[in-house]
Amino acid sequence: MKRSFMQRAAAAPHIVWSVLFIIAPLIFVVYYSFTDLDGAFTTENIGRLFTSNYVLIFVNSLCLALISTVVCLVIAYPLAYIFSRMKEKWQRVMVLLIMIPLWMNFLITTYSWMTILEDTGIINSLFKAIGLDPVHMINTPGAVVVGMVFCYLPYMILPIYTVMSGIDPKLLEAASDLGCSGWHVMTRVVMPMSLSGVISGITMVFVPSISTFYISQKLGGGTFQLIGDTIESYFVGTAINYHFGAALSLVLMILILLSMAVMNHYSDSEDEGGRRIK
Amino acid sequence: MNGKKIIELRGITKSFDGEVVLDNISLDIYEDEFLTLLGPSGCGKTTTLRIIGGFETPDSGEVFFDGKKINDTPPYKRNINTVFQKYALFPHLNVYENIAFGLRLQKTKMPEDEISRRVKEMLEMVNLRGFERRRVTTLSGGQQQRVAIARALINNPKVLLLDEPLGALDLKLRKDMQNELKGMQKRTGITFIYVTHDQEEALSMSDTVVVMNEGSIMQIGTPTDIYNEPSNAYVADFIGESNIIDGVMLADRSVRFAGHTFECVDGGFDKNEQVDVVVRPEDVDVVAVDKGMLTGKVTSVTFKGVHWEIIVDIDNFKWMIQTTDYVAPDAEIGVYIEPDAIHIMKKSEYSDMFGDYSSFSDELDELSDVDAEGEE
Repeated sequence: MKRSFMQRAAAAPHIVWSVLFIIAPLIFVVYYSFTDLDGAFTTENIGRLFTSNYVLIFVNSLCLALISTVVCLVIAYPLAYIFSRMKEKWQRVMVLLIMIPLWMNFLITTYSWMTILEDTGIINSLFKAIGLDPVHMINTPGAVVVGMVFCYLPYMILPIYTVMSGIDPKLLEAASDLGCSGWHVMTRVVMPMSLSGVISGITMVFVPSISTFYISQKLGGGTFQLIGDTIESYFVGTAINYHFGAALSLVLMILILLSMAVMNHYSDSEDEGGRRIK
Repeated sequence: MNGKKIIELRGITKSFDGEVVLDNISLDIYEDEFLTLLGPSGCGKTTTLRIIGGFETPDSGEVFFDGKKINDTPPYKRNINTVFQKYALFPHLNVYENIAFGLRLQKTKMPEDEISRRVKEMLEMVNLRGFERRRVTTLSGGQQQRVAIARALINNPKVLLLDEPLGALDLKLRKDMQNELKGMQKRTGITFIYVTHDQEEALSMSDTVVVMNEGSIMQIGTPTDIYNEPSNAYVADFIGESNIIDGVMLADRSVRFAGHTFECVDGGFDKNEQVDVVVRPEDVDVVAVDKGMLTGKVTSVTFKGVHWEIIVDIDNFKWMIQTTDYVAPDAEIGVYIEPDAIHIMKKSEYSDMFGDYSSFSDELDELSDVDAEGEE
């Protein structure tokens, strides 16, 4: 189909936008990654990433992001199921409750978690009041996971809930009719049918988790570094090095792309139908 | 039916949000029976089916299966399977896996070649050979219907529940499926409990028809009983077309209506008891004015293919008459009614509500037949 001039013109703002704010920055990232301070081509930046120091940072980040994603999934899945089986009126209320934390700036939520988890924070004051020993929580990987889960949980619940609320209740009845106990209804019908929601939820939680820097700085207290923090440290602060920072970003991007490709592969193959769900 | 009772409903009552949907229903269902719950939308037929299936619990009353009370038995423990209204096939599974679904849930794991053999057998039975690998979403309504039936029957249920299974199919396919379903029921010997609002479907398939209205059972009987001996004006009107006229029973086998005394075949009423008289449109013969028991003026004539449907004004009561001979509008005609064409019913709360064709229009009739199952 031939498009008229006007139709092409209508797409122009989007094209300009994409070029200016998506493609050009990407080119800059690649350019900086492979050049040194004088602008000459080098693979030194990329090479430096594979020293033990940075590999450890990547592994740490990956682990924390994975843990947060799994925790989010474990909390979100049953919640989403319960919401999707509620009366419609209550479903709306629940979705609203899930959304409200998203309206708050996440720096503020992170700060609130600091005051909650601190050694003299709300939880420990409470422990003290009832005669328990204080527990050191802030500046631990656990605190970072709590912060990430709190910030990103809605992004896990919403896509799963959306898919689940689209499952016809008659299908659950049919499963029960054919011999499924409550557990089998879940494993044989609800789970396979909500897989696409799980995949998008995982993507939406994993990607920001692996690249976050603020949560780990505030709740991790600099006791350990994640990729996000490392990248940030090369763009602001004393040790500015755009070239190495860009190389870090590039590798992170490739890492995320790879994990998304793996995810999509799973969701695609389920869509073909006719695969047995065990 | 004189088989063994398989399902017994005793005094079942059910309401949703304070609205009574089933009002003290009692019903016996026998082995090897094709039983149809027939009624307009909102009459409680689907709720009755859902109570038998285990998807609803009655507020009061008892459900027995094979002599055992099953009020609180969940659906998956009942030896009953359901063909759902819109099939409810699992979209994430192909035809083969949809049909095998029940077998895979059995406690002792069934070997794959046994499953495969049974699925093939079922596909054969519903005429879907070679459809194993097809996605259910690519099937036509009729094919999905067959998969749904196969999926339910593969579990060898004692009772199969069918909730308006043919509602979404076009007329021709519907007729074919009616025959096939009836055939399957005969071959398998499984009790079928069938819900429909289509009276023709009910009459042509069933051993027993249960006519329901507003949460109560109006009449239970064979299709011929229901048609020829309706128990009240509601049933007479719902099953086929009826002229329902006020009459007075003068004596056994003698009834007076429309200003004329007729010989009939019913008796057992009080002398001079007020009754409802039912005369089916096809049982009225059109004759010359001087030979008629009654005379009237034709007010409308509609060609229906098999016959003409005419509305005749007799003493200000509009009769519907079906005749194979053309009659001109506005003609004066005589009508003749055989004694066995007259059916006498006791007066009921439904008297005077039905059976007069003065406001008759095809369109209205169609509208009231369309069923947007609003239950639940």
